[in-house]
Amino acid sequence: MMNSREIIAKRVAKFFKAGDLVNLGIGMPTIVANYLPAEAKVMLHSENGFIGLGPTPAEGEEEKDVVNAGAAPVTIVPGGACFDSAMSFALIRGGHLAATVLGALEVDEKGNLANWMVPGKMVPGMGGAMDLVAGARKVIIAMEHTTKEGNPKILKSCSLPLTAANEVDYIVTELGVMEITPEGIALRELASGVTLEEIQAKTEANLIIPDKIDIME
Amino acid sequence: MSKVAELEEALARIADNQTIMIGGFLGTGTPEGLIDGLLEKGVKNLTLIANDTSFVDKGVGRLVVSRQLKRVMVSHIGTNKETGRQMNAEELEVELVPQGTLAERIRCGGAGLGGVLTPTGVGTIVEVGKEKITKEGKTYLLELPLKADIALIKAWKADTYGNLVYRRSARNFNPLMAMAAAFVIVEAEEIVAAGALDPDEIMTPGAVVDMIIKG
Repeated sequence: MMNSREIIAKRVAKFFKAGDLVNLGIGMPTIVANYLPAEAKVMLHSENGFIGLGPTPAEGEEEKDVVNAGAAPVTIVPGGACFDSAMSFALIRGGHLAATVLGALEVDEKGNLANWMVPGKMVPGMGGAMDLVAGARKVIIAMEHTTKEGNPKILKSCSLPLTAANEVDYIVTELGVMEITPEGIALRELASGVTLEEIQAKTEANLIIPDKIDIME
Repeated sequence: MSKVAELEEALARIADNQTIMIGGFLGTGTPEGLIDGLLEKGVKNLTLIANDTSFVDKGVGRLVVSRQLKRVMVSHIGTNKETGRQMNAEELEVELVPQGTLAERIRCGGAGLGGVLTPTGVGTIVEVGKEKITKEGKTYLLELPLKADIALIKAWKADTYGNLVYRRSARNFNPLMAMAAAFVIVEAEEIVAAGALDPDEIMTPGAVVDMIIKG
């Protein structure tokens, strides 16, 4: 049986098609790479300076200059390319990424995202997140539906400092798939065994419930 | 002419209160030999421009721990607890800059541009105090160029004239910083004779490099 993180990663992987260039954030979004079908030929962008992010090398085969944006050893797949930070972010801001997948502290019904600081508690810095969210053609938030304490993370209005305003397109959680529309957050898919009442109870924003909702797989 | 020098000659160019750009991304592509030299020399009150403050025991993170910095301009400090501690204790000024904006501001500094218009940060606290400009219906922030007194660069290969080749993800901010400082010092893993590198493979032209040391 898959845990929440695996369920989310597996569903996010289905957003992509052959030829897409995608950036996966640190943490849960990184797991999405495990579910990309080999035939999909999705290329992964690593903001520290290359396209073609590949799996972790075998022990003893790590190279000091081949690391991901979290400083972990990785490989570069055939077809990959290296560049400097200006090119890396030109690819991001210039609309060359089909999508970025990021975690979130809060998301709201206007598509605002907060994921880079909690004033007075946690100030790691935004790194590349603000550029990714502003620049990628599609912004997909992959996260657990509520906080560890069970409080909603999908809100009417974010309370934490924003990473970007009005940029989020989809939210994927272990409970379902939601799309940010001009009218609000529409529920597109529901995980099997989850009721409409349950997902709404765990969501502060009002979910728009269309006539047809697919099963999340 | 050869620009190859000893570490001591490089360190002689670095003084208290300077603004220094140092290449690297969480320590990958950082000239560790030059950082060793800065630690030994003990220069103080430096302003550091870098991607991040790395880890406490790696790259520019070691200069945070040794308290040689008064101010940092970086995109990320989350991997170095000492940066956060000094920031909260008001012992270190920290300006957080979105990574792509930091890259473009450094590029502007080295390219003679007066600034860049970016959509990054619009609607966030990053826009505070900045000029907002709307063009063809889209709003941008005007971000201004960054320059430094010194750039410390890590290259894979250098020739004696200073032409540089970087390797894999160790390139990151190095080519941008090599353009944006008054004096550019390179630490290279390998130094070859001028002419030994194919002109087409060179990533930073030697004309902008002032000094090379062996890493």
